[in-house]
Amino acid sequence: MAIGGKMSNVDQPSMRGFSACLALIRRDLTLTFRSPGQAINPMVFFLMVATLFPLGIAPDREVLSELAAGVIWIGALLAVLLSLDSLFKSDQDDGALDQLLMSPHPLPLLVLAKVFSHWLTSGFCLTLMAPLLAIMLHLPSEAFYPLMITLLLGTPVLSLAGAIGSALTVRVQRGGVLLTLLALPLYIPVLIFATGAVSAAMQNMPYTGHILWLAVFLILGICLAPLAIAGALRVINE
Amino acid sequence: MLNVVQLSCERDDRLLFSNLSFQLGSGEILQIEGRNGAGKTSLLRIIAGFSSSLSGGIFWNDQPLSKVYADFRLDCFFLGHKPGLKPDLTPLENLVWRARLANTIINREVLLSALDRVQLAGYEDIPCSHLSSGQLRRVTFAGLIASPARLWILDEPFTAIDIEGVSWLERLFDEHTHRGGMVLVTSHQPLNDRRGKLRKLNLERFAEERIADGNRGEDV
Repeated sequence: MAIGGKMSNVDQPSMRGFSACLALIRRDLTLTFRSPGQAINPMVFFLMVATLFPLGIAPDREVLSELAAGVIWIGALLAVLLSLDSLFKSDQDDGALDQLLMSPHPLPLLVLAKVFSHWLTSGFCLTLMAPLLAIMLHLPSEAFYPLMITLLLGTPVLSLAGAIGSALTVRVQRGGVLLTLLALPLYIPVLIFATGAVSAAMQNMPYTGHILWLAVFLILGICLAPLAIAGALRVINE
Repeated sequence: MLNVVQLSCERDDRLLFSNLSFQLGSGEILQIEGRNGAGKTSLLRIIAGFSSSLSGGIFWNDQPLSKVYADFRLDCFFLGHKPGLKPDLTPLENLVWRARLANTIINREVLLSALDRVQLAGYEDIPCSHLSSGQLRRVTFAGLIASPARLWILDEPFTAIDIEGVSWLERLFDEHTHRGGMVLVTSHQPLNDRRGKLRKLNLERFAEERIADGNRGEDV
């Protein structure tokens, strides 16, 4: 027993938390490439929204350019919500979540890595698709850059805030509605400031303030959301 | 060394066990027994640190577990009911991410020889979804071989394992305890006690058939 006590002190290996995060990101990206259906779903949904909108409202250039930014943002927001359901649930289903919780590395760091890979396969891809949708919906050219910047700053916040809801509903079968209810209140400020920035740009007004607010949300999200997600996962898995 | 003192566990207003105390020292195997629903899995999950709300104390190397979680997890390998393998990844890829999460240095050769030892040589590039449940168990055992952890917490490891695999796993336990490791295992299967290091703990002895009435002071 005395030897046992000594062993763990002497053989204390250095912590490789960063390498664990990279392994986790690599794993999740590999999984997405192996079965891309889960990741493509939200993107098709996003494209559908933009395609059906002109049909439903009016294919009128004036009307569409007025609505374009809002449509793109609402489409992106709902598409991210759609992709969040499986974020932790697939790990819960196959027991991989236990390995995550049993890791000696700080859990907030690991969930941040998971949320980052989720953003890469959802929010980031949606941002890359946005120029196409902007053209389809006749978004005025002066609103293009603000739209892209708000999407780049805003979609990670959607992933971070949504992941809290996803962690809380990890044990709930068909928890989609509950997840939506939990995440939407956190999404509304992002939506307001993002579309606010774009409409300010369309009226040739300064929009830096809106962008800075989104940056504030992102920084707050990166700092606080991983703690909330980690806490939720620990409580739910007791 | 693991020291459990006066542990009680309550699930859905039912007291599963109370006043449970045991020690697990270097080179020992402890088999947790008990009927279905006796709280074997709950006990393992409490010890593994999944549950923080408990009455009683758990000590790792004479320190309260809640203070030394990182040290404990570096030195602990947990295997639950579900194998914790991604069906779309190959056994090798699964072992790599699991080892990285457990802060273990990865060496492809070590992992390959571990897969060889669990008779999965040649399966390293086949997605886990194509493997049988017994083979999935074996993949996790390969992780067990490659892991430097001293404490193994295994929940029903013999599920879906063939007869030859059972005796192989028992030899693995012997090897591990011979090196000074510790094994905490739940099983309904009688284990072979070749080195005289096996102890059994029946949870039913600590069970009390009464409704916990919120007056926890009595239980502790």
